Amino acid sequence: MAALDRRIVYHFDWTVCVLALALAGAGLLSVLSATWGNTRHGLDPLVVRQLAWIGIGATLMVAAALFDYRSLGTHAYLFYALAIGLLIVVAVAGHSTGGSRRWINLGFLKLEPSEVAKLAVVLVMVRYLREEPPRGGWNLRHVIIPALLLAVPAVLVLKQPDLGTALILILISATLIFVGGLNWRTAAVLLMGAALAAPMAWHYLKPYQRERLVSFLDPQSDPLGSGYHIIQSEIAIGSGGAWGKGLFKGTQARLNFLPEQTTDFIFAVWAEEFGFAGSMLLLGLYTALIARGAWIARHARDRFGALLAIGVTGIIFWQVAINIGMATGMLPVVGITLPLVSYGGSSLIAMMAAMGVLISIHARRFLF
Amino acid sequence: MARYTRQARNRPIPRLEPRITGLTIVLMLVLGAGAVRLYYLQLIKHHQLSELADRNRIRLQRLPALRGLVYDARHRPPVDTRPSFDAVMVPEDSPDVVTTANRLEKLLGEDGVVKKLDSADDQGRPDFDPVIVDERLNWPQVVALETHQLELPGVSLQVNPRRHYIYGSLAAHLLGYVGEVTVRDLNRLPDYRMGDEIGKFGLERTWEASLRGDSGGQEIEVDSVGRRLRLLREIPERPGNSVVMTLDLDLQKVAEDAIGDRAGALVAIDPNTGYILAMASHPTFDPNTFAGGISTAAWRELTTDPSHPLSNRAIQGVYPPGSTFKIVDSIAALEDHTLTPQTAYNCPGGMYYGGREYRCWRKQGHGSISLHRAIVESCDVFFYNVGERLGVDRLAQWAHALGLGRKSGIDLDNERSGVIPSTEWKMRRYGERWYPAETLSVAIGQGYVGVTPLQLADLAAAVGNGGTLYKPQFVKEVDALDGTPVKMFPPVVENQLHIDPEVLDIVRSGMAGVVNQPDGTAHAAKMDNVIVAGKTGTAQVVKEAQGQRTKENALPEQYRDHGWFMAFAPADHPQIAIACIIEHAGHGGSAAAPVVKAVMQKYFELNPPQGGPPAKDPDAGKHYAVDPLAD
Repeated sequence: MAALDRRIVYHFDWTVCVLALALAGAGLLSVLSATWGNTRHGLDPLVVRQLAWIGIGATLMVAAALFDYRSLGTHAYLFYALAIGLLIVVAVAGHSTGGSRRWINLGFLKLEPSEVAKLAVVLVMVRYLREEPPRGGWNLRHVIIPALLLAVPAVLVLKQPDLGTALILILISATLIFVGGLNWRTAAVLLMGAALAAPMAWHYLKPYQRERLVSFLDPQSDPLGSGYHIIQSEIAIGSGGAWGKGLFKGTQARLNFLPEQTTDFIFAVWAEEFGFAGSMLLLGLYTALIARGAWIARHARDRFGALLAIGVTGIIFWQVAINIGMATGMLPVVGITLPLVSYGGSSLIAMMAAMGVLISIHARRFLF
Repeated sequence: MARYTRQARNRPIPRLEPRITGLTIVLMLVLGAGAVRLYYLQLIKHHQLSELADRNRIRLQRLPALRGLVYDARHRPPVDTRPSFDAVMVPEDSPDVVTTANRLEKLLGEDGVVKKLDSADDQGRPDFDPVIVDERLNWPQVVALETHQLELPGVSLQVNPRRHYIYGSLAAHLLGYVGEVTVRDLNRLPDYRMGDEIGKFGLERTWEASLRGDSGGQEIEVDSVGRRLRLLREIPERPGNSVVMTLDLDLQKVAEDAIGDRAGALVAIDPNTGYILAMASHPTFDPNTFAGGISTAAWRELTTDPSHPLSNRAIQGVYPPGSTFKIVDSIAALEDHTLTPQTAYNCPGGMYYGGREYRCWRKQGHGSISLHRAIVESCDVFFYNVGERLGVDRLAQWAHALGLGRKSGIDLDNERSGVIPSTEWKMRRYGERWYPAETLSVAIGQGYVGVTPLQLADLAAAVGNGGTLYKPQFVKEVDALDGTPVKMFPPVVENQLHIDPEVLDIVRSGMAGVVNQPDGTAHAAKMDNVIVAGKTGTAQVVKEAQGQRTKENALPEQYRDHGWFMAFAPADHPQIAIACIIEHAGHGGSAAAPVVKAVMQKYFELNPPQGGPPAKDPDAGKHYAVDPLAD
């Protein structure tokens, strides 16, 4: 074990580690700025807590890096069952805020099982897909079991309701199935099926979700209601200009015109205060992280590691794309956090642990 | 093979690689699209979105400027600013605006609250903007409002500065009044906001631009719920300038008191400047009733009152000038040489013309009479002859030149021009030719002729000063808050008439006789220390009665004639010229002359007569020096 450890330390991927910590730092700064002036003395409790989450997350990241990722495969179904269990608990006894039950109150942390579910779905999906596909790739028949594995947590998350996480679960599963070796023809059929099913999904949307969709297509239809988020976010980002208004000087965030500014719209806080330069820096960090994740996948020792790296990278990518797309008015508002940056213990810790897994895959690429 | 094996060892997942590569490319493209969108928002649309951000956080709070004061010629203000308790309502703070508004109306015993809220809503004012729903609450209303505060969510009391007219109705027509700006005004005047005071009438209206000042503003940073956080910028308001009138409040008071309860008007002018010294019109009104937003009932009462209290008779009242017009006859005929001072006509008490009898006011007649005595005793028959020889058009030319039948250009709204008939005027107006007999009526200032009191005061001033028509002005100066003059208004010569000084001498001596000779028609206006020159007139109310004079007191009041008197003094170098009409009062010598005398007495008490000592004998007016102003 000792010898192995040294090699792992030798091959420790500082790129992922530094990028993750840099993003977490940017997030902390944004939370600090968004809450600046809320309390008269000292730091806002939100900042202190976020700092604690980063500490816990970083520790977990290092631990996960030292951990052999292959054992995750062994316990994948257990982990999956645990996540489903938590989702059921939250549905039964969850703590509800703003009309949706998403959290289990643990006292020190409001655990958000949907964050766990993201990792669990990736893990179980990868575990199932690690077998080589037959010649010509998987067809529709092979996709049935992964679809069921996805459906259970996805439905539970939708019931909360948390459209954003459900969407991420679907997107990340689709990504893994495709990369894992889905038959092109089957991929095309599934894509067309999804396109045809989309209008039907309209009926299953909650009224507020429909409103968000409508207001996305025409924000001015209800500027003080559901279009408000998009309009205020665009104003915040655009008013930042090239170099931003400076730390603590973003009026949109400071004066509370920006909604959900420590979570879903934290990107707007950053972009308002640090401008185009700042948003390019943040986007650059994500791009580097995603590129590095893809590189790790490409150089992984085995199919399991490669797909696991794709899964983790995919979570980051999809959340970044949807969150920034939403903040800049390119996508409708769905509650998705900016990974590693948004305030929130569950999300931050889960993401940093996932980064540890990425490091672990990288470190072991020459082993066994 | 070995090479393949080594490659295979280096690439343990050969079948995944192309898709990972493909995926990576797609992901990078998506992130690139995000970068493009950010470039668009933050660099291209930056300016526009910055503005929106500022509009979000910055509220503009207006600081209305204090309205400028008005002073009389001796710097005494007839207006000031008083605190007014106003009921203010923030619609947003009331869960049920209509119920609250109805409750408030009931409590205050006044309607209009709902109307004010509606009109604020129509202007698109945001719900967090306070609306003044009722102004100038009296003490019981203030107490009621305070007591029932809890039942009136969103309603509060606010103290606002409001215009107050210290002397109530004194000079009301000239000063005018202020009121709340109307929706129509708001569309026209971008600087005004609902609830602002605006001059609606009189000086307040015509001098609005000077009095109003510039409202200041505060830029206040607010958060998303509208809480005020800090003051970003403040533009102090600039109080309105004060307007210094030419009016003398003492004189004004005497004039109004002298008119008393009768309907009538008086205009006093400085003949050397055209400055208005007093301008009275009765019945009148109290401008304070308007300043707080007049109630519908009070407004209806004022506008439907048959005595027209809102009308400024001094410039809006058009009356036949009666015998005062004989001064125009005299000047015109003398200048045209159709008359000499020696020309004599016989007055048997009337004359036949065109198959009809035209009577003199004096039934027994004046016998053989020439100009001086004709003016003094106001012989109608003499002037029938003068007019007949002169012709109506020549007369009209002179009347126009002397300022009659046209607007004087005074800075007040609704001035009327009056009527000076001519053949051309009649053709235009009635499509009929002029009948020579009508000239006779015109010659004694009846028939179609109509003049305003201001015009007659101008005429008196011009005759007195040697033929200069000044533009009548009632403001001589606009001062800044600290008293430094911003603008001065020197006298403006409207028309310089070239009348033979001798002609004016003859007329003036006649006018001096009217007052000072025992047989003059206005002997009642004679003063001890000053020689007054004047002319009486009687404006017929009932046209049918023309030529057949009835005994005054036999008629019901509304058919009785109006009495005119116009005068200037001292006769040889006048300092004041006055025209006065008292409606339905009969003869001018008995009704209007005492009013004029009262004003003159007050004037000379305040401004002792200058120049030569008053002449002793009543005919002294005949040989005073030629007025230097006449060229």
